[in-house]
Amino acid sequence: MSEATGLKSWLTTTDHKRIGKLYFWTAFVMFLIGGLEAELIRIQLAKPENTFVTADTYNQLFTMHGTTMVFMALMPLAAAFFNYIVPLQIGARDVAFPRLNAFSYWVFLLGTVFMNASWLLPHHPAPDGGWFGYATLTEKQFNPGPNIDFWLLGLQILGIASLAAGFNFIVTILNLRAPGMKMMRLPVFSWMTLVTSFLMITAFPVITVALVFLMFDRVFGTHFYLPSAGGDPVLWQHLFWLFGHPEVYILILPAMGVVSEVLPTFSRKPLFGYTVVVYSGVLIGFMGWGVWSHHMFSVGLGPIADSVFALTTMLIAIPTGVKIFNWLATLWGGQIRLTTAMCFALGFIGLFTIGGLSGVTHASPPADLQQTDTYYVVAHFHYVLFGGTMMGLFAGMYYWWPKMTGRLLSEPLGLVHFWLTFIGMNLTFFPMHFTGLLGMPRRVYTYSHDLGVDDMNMVSTIGAVILGIGMIVFVYNIWRTRKHGAVAGPNPWGGATLEWSIPSPPPVHNFDVIPNVTSRLPLWDSSPAPKAPPGHIHVPGGSWWPMVAAAGLPLMALAPLTHTLWIVFVGGAVLIYGIYRWAYEPFEV
Amino acid sequence: MPFAPTFRGLRDAVPPQRRHLILLSTLLALGSIAACAGPFPQSTLSPTSDFGHSIDHLFRGIFWWAVGVFIVVEGILLYSVIRFRHRDGAPAPTQHHGHTTLEIAWTLAPALILVFIAVPTVQTIFATAKAPPGSLRVEVIGHQWWWEYRYPDLGIVTANELHVPVGKPVSVDITSVDVIHAWWTPKLGGKRDAIPNHHNEISFTADSVGEYMGQCVEYCGASHANMRLRTFVDTDSAFQAWVAAQKAVPSLPATGSPEAAGRAAFQKYGCIGCHTVAGYSNGPIGPNLTHVGSRSMIAGSIMMNTEQHLRDWIANPPGMKPGSIMPNLHVSGPDLTALIAYLQSLK
Amino acid sequence: MSHAAPPTHYTSMGLDSRKMGFWAFIGSECLLFGSLISTYLVYQGRSVSGPTPAQILNIPVTSISTFDLLMSSLWMVLALAAVQRGDMKWAKVWLLGVAIGGTIFLGFQFYEFSSFVREGLTMQANLFGATFFILTGTHGAHVTVGVLWMLTLWVRALQGKLGPQHAMTVEIAGLYWHFVDVIWIVIFTLVYLLHK
Repeated sequence: MSEATGLKSWLTTTDHKRIGKLYFWTAFVMFLIGGLEAELIRIQLAKPENTFVTADTYNQLFTMHGTTMVFMALMPLAAAFFNYIVPLQIGARDVAFPRLNAFSYWVFLLGTVFMNASWLLPHHPAPDGGWFGYATLTEKQFNPGPNIDFWLLGLQILGIASLAAGFNFIVTILNLRAPGMKMMRLPVFSWMTLVTSFLMITAFPVITVALVFLMFDRVFGTHFYLPSAGGDPVLWQHLFWLFGHPEVYILILPAMGVVSEVLPTFSRKPLFGYTVVVYSGVLIGFMGWGVWSHHMFSVGLGPIADSVFALTTMLIAIPTGVKIFNWLATLWGGQIRLTTAMCFALGFIGLFTIGGLSGVTHASPPADLQQTDTYYVVAHFHYVLFGGTMMGLFAGMYYWWPKMTGRLLSEPLGLVHFWLTFIGMNLTFFPMHFTGLLGMPRRVYTYSHDLGVDDMNMVSTIGAVILGIGMIVFVYNIWRTRKHGAVAGPNPWGGATLEWSIPSPPPVHNFDVIPNVTSRLPLWDSSPAPKAPPGHIHVPGGSWWPMVAAAGLPLMALAPLTHTLWIVFVGGAVLIYGIYRWAYEPFEV
Repeated sequence: MPFAPTFRGLRDAVPPQRRHLILLSTLLALGSIAACAGPFPQSTLSPTSDFGHSIDHLFRGIFWWAVGVFIVVEGILLYSVIRFRHRDGAPAPTQHHGHTTLEIAWTLAPALILVFIAVPTVQTIFATAKAPPGSLRVEVIGHQWWWEYRYPDLGIVTANELHVPVGKPVSVDITSVDVIHAWWTPKLGGKRDAIPNHHNEISFTADSVGEYMGQCVEYCGASHANMRLRTFVDTDSAFQAWVAAQKAVPSLPATGSPEAAGRAAFQKYGCIGCHTVAGYSNGPIGPNLTHVGSRSMIAGSIMMNTEQHLRDWIANPPGMKPGSIMPNLHVSGPDLTALIAYLQSLK
Repeated sequence: MSHAAPPTHYTSMGLDSRKMGFWAFIGSECLLFGSLISTYLVYQGRSVSGPTPAQILNIPVTSISTFDLLMSSLWMVLALAAVQRGDMKWAKVWLLGVAIGGTIFLGFQFYEFSSFVREGLTMQANLFGATFFILTGTHGAHVTVGVLWMLTLWVRALQGKLGPQHAMTVEIAGLYWHFVDVIWIVIFTLVYLLHK
C-alpha cells in the first residue's frame, strides 16, 4: 500500500498522520515566531529606558507573543500529537471524522495567517490589547485602528478549529478503540487528550460569545462592555476567564499526558497509580471551571467571592500534587535511562512544581494583590507553560519523533538542547520572581532605573538568548536527522503502548491487523499480535472540500475588518458550498 | 529618601534550588541583586503600612510552606534520578502498579497544608476588607495616563502625587473614567483595579514618613509604562501645611512679569480648555494645575519637575509619552519660557 | 456532516460515531447559549434608557410562533418515523412540514424584530436591545440553518436519494431540530414569560 506524494496529496489529505505533521510544522513555525517576539521583548527590557522598539510596537509584541504561544503554538503542537499519536495508541486506522480533521487544520492555518497578516500591512497594525484583550481598552473609542479587529476575528476563526478538533477526538477516543481497549486500559496521553477535548468544546463557545459581543461593540456600535450605556467591562473579564482558566488546563493536560508516557518507558516501570492519575486529570478538568475569578482578585469582587475562589483554587492544587507524587513513585525503584525525552520529562516535574507552588502563593487573594500584574506572575506562568507545557511537548517530540519520521533525533545534540533550554529557562524566568516582588509591573515597555531591577532584567535577557541558542540547536538537530538520523525501527525506546507495535513511520492504514488488547501495557505484558498478511485495507481518499469550506471563514472575517457587508455573503457562500460538496462527495471510494 | 534596605528580606525569600546549574544561575542573579543591594522603592517585601504588613505576613507563611513542599518534591526527584539510574545487567525493576495507602497519604498531606494556608488567607481577606471609621477619604480616578486625586472632605483636587498623614487610617476609593487601570503603591499594600463605573476601596495606615513610588499595574494602552505615581506620607503638621497650601488660590502675577506673559500664553495655546487652575480656568480633561509648581514630578510622575523637563514636555508631549492625549501645541521661544515661568509659580 | 462510518461499522461504544459527535456538538452549543442567556439575565434591568421589555414584548404573538416551533418538532418525529419505516411519501411531507414550520417561525421573528425597531428598540438603543437581539438572533440563525438542512433532506428525498438506509442522517437532523426547539423554550420562558 504505497502512499501518494506530491502537493495535491498533502492539500487534500485526510490521513491523521499527515494532518498531524501539518499541525506540527505550522505550530512549530509559530512557536519560533512567538519566540522571536519574546526575544525582541527581552532586548527592549535588557536595560531601563531602552528605545530598541517603540511603545506601540512593544505592546504589539507582548500581545502577539501571548496570543501566538497560547493559540497558535502550544495548543496546535499538542494537537499535532493528538492527531499523530492518539489513533495509533488506541489501535485505530484514523480519526472518527477524517475530513473534519482536515477542516480543523485548514481553519487553524488560515486563522493564523489572518491574524499575523496584520504585521505585514502598512504601519503593521498588529493586535495590541494584550492576549486577554480587556474591555474597555479594546473598544473602538480607545483603539480605533484595525489592530483589535484582527485579534478578535482571528481568535474566532481559531476557536472553530479547536471546536472541530474537540468533537473529533472525543468521538475517536470513545468510539474507535481497538477491541479490548477498555477506558481503564487507555494510555494516559489519550486520556488527557479526551479531557482536553471536552474542555475545548465547552470553553471555546464562551470566548466566542465574549468576542462576538466585542465585535458588535466595535462594528455595530452596541454597548456590551461600555459603561456609558450601563454596560460593564467586568463582564468581559468573567467571560474571558471562564474560558481562560479551562484554557490553562487545555495547555497543561496534554503535556501531563506526554510525561505519563515517557516516565514509565524510561523507568521500565508501569505508571504508578494509573487510575489515580487518570481520575485526577478528569477532576482537574472539572475543577478548572470553578476557579476563573482568581484571575480577578484585584477587580474587587468582594471578600466572600474572593474567599470562595481562593478555596477552590487551593483545592485544585490537590489533584495536581497527587499527579506529581505518582510520577515520583513511578521513578522510584525504576531503571532510569536519561534520554533527551526523559530529561525533558524530568525537567517538567521539577519546573512545573515551581510554577505550581508560586501559583499557590497567589491563590491567596491578599498576597495576589501584591503579585498580580507584576513580573512575579510572569515568572509563575512561564514555569507552568514553558517549564511545564513546553518541557512536556519537547519530551513528546524526542519521544515520538522516530515514530513520526522513522529516524531518531540525535541524542548528544538533544542533550545540548535540553541543558541550554533548562539553564536558559531558569535564567530567564527565575529572576522575574524578584523583579516582580520588587515592584516591576507586567506589560511595560520601559521601566525606571530607580526601581533597582536593571541587573535582574539583564540576567533575564541573557537567559532568553541562551534559550534562543537552544532552539537553534534543536532546529539543527531536526535538519540533520532528515538524512543522518539513526533509523529507528518500530520500537526504539522499548515502549509499552500500541504505537510502538507498528513500523516507523506507520503505513497509511496504521495496523495491518487491528490488535486485540488485553492489558494496559500490551507490548510489555504480552507478545505483539500475530501479523497476518494485509488483505485489502480500505483507506478513504483525499478531499478538497474541507479546505474550501475552511477558506470561507477568513473571507467572512474580512467583512467586519473592511466594513464591507457583501464579503460576508461571499465567504458564507464558499463555506456552505464547501460543506455541501463535502457532505455529498463519494468519499468512501 | 528613607528607603529601608531590603536585601535581608530578599535573601529570606530565596528558595533552595534543584540543580547545581540552577543554583549557579540563582547565585548569579543574587550576585546582581547584591551588586546594587537596593534601594528597591517599589518592593513588596518591605512594607510600611498595616495593610502591607498583613499581606507580607501572609505571604511569608505561604512561602515557607511552599519551600517545604519544594524541598520534598525536588529532593525525591533528584534522589530517584541518581539512585535509580539504569545500570547494565541490573534485573528488571519490580512492576509496581500503585499503592492505596500512599495515594491517600499524598492526597491528605497537601490538603492539610492548604488548611494552614486557607485559614489565614480568609482571615486576612476579611481583616483588610473595610476601612476603620474616621479614615481620611481620598478618591483616586484613573485617566490615560495620569492619576487624579480628590479629597472630598478637604475640597482638594490634585494629580499624580498623593499626600497622606502618617499613623492615620486612609480610605482610598478607586475608579476610572476611560479604560481599566490599577492603583498601586507597593510599600503601602496591595493594588486594586480602577474600573469605570466601579468603585474599589483599599485602606491603609502608613507607619513611616517618606516618599513612596508606585505605578499603574493594569495594561491601559500606549503609555501604560508611563503612568506612575508618588505617595507622600507626611507628619501630621506637614500634612496640615500641605492641605492649607493646596486650598489657597494662586495669586495673580505682577503685570509685565514673565509669569503674567506665561499666564496669557496659557490661554493663547488653549491650555485652559483642558486644565484647571483655580481662579483662572476650568478645563476638565487634563490634570489640575493649580499647584503644579509644588509637585516633585510632572507628566504622570515620569520626570522630575525641573525647568528643562517642563520645556521638553511642553515642546513635544507625545514624544515624551507615547499616545499622550495632550497634543504637540508647538509652543516655543519666549512663549515657552514664559509658560514655564508661570507653571513654576503655581506653588 | 461526514459520511465516514457506515452504520454497521464496529465502534467501541456501539454507538454511531456521527451521532456521538453530534451530541458533543449539542453539549458545546449549550455553553454557547448558556453564555448568551447568562449575559441577558445579568444585564436585565440595567439599561439606562428605554424601551424596556415590559413596554415592547408581545407575548400573545410570540406564543403563536412558539406553538408553531413546537409543532414542527412533532413533525420532525413523524418525518424520522416515516424514513425509518421506509415510507418516503410521508417522509417528504413531514420534512417539508418541518421546513415550513421553521420558516413560519422565522417570519414571526422578522415581524417581531422589525416592529421592535420601529418602536425604537435597536441593538444600539440599550443593553436590553443588544442582549435581546443577539440571543434571539443567534437562535434565529440556528433555525435558519435547520430550515436549510430540512430542505436539503427534502430535495434528496424528492430525488430518491434518501431512504431508510439514511435514517441516521435524518435522526441527527432531528436531534438538531429538537435542540433548537428546546433552547427556544428556555428563551421564551426566561425572556418573555419571566421578564422584569
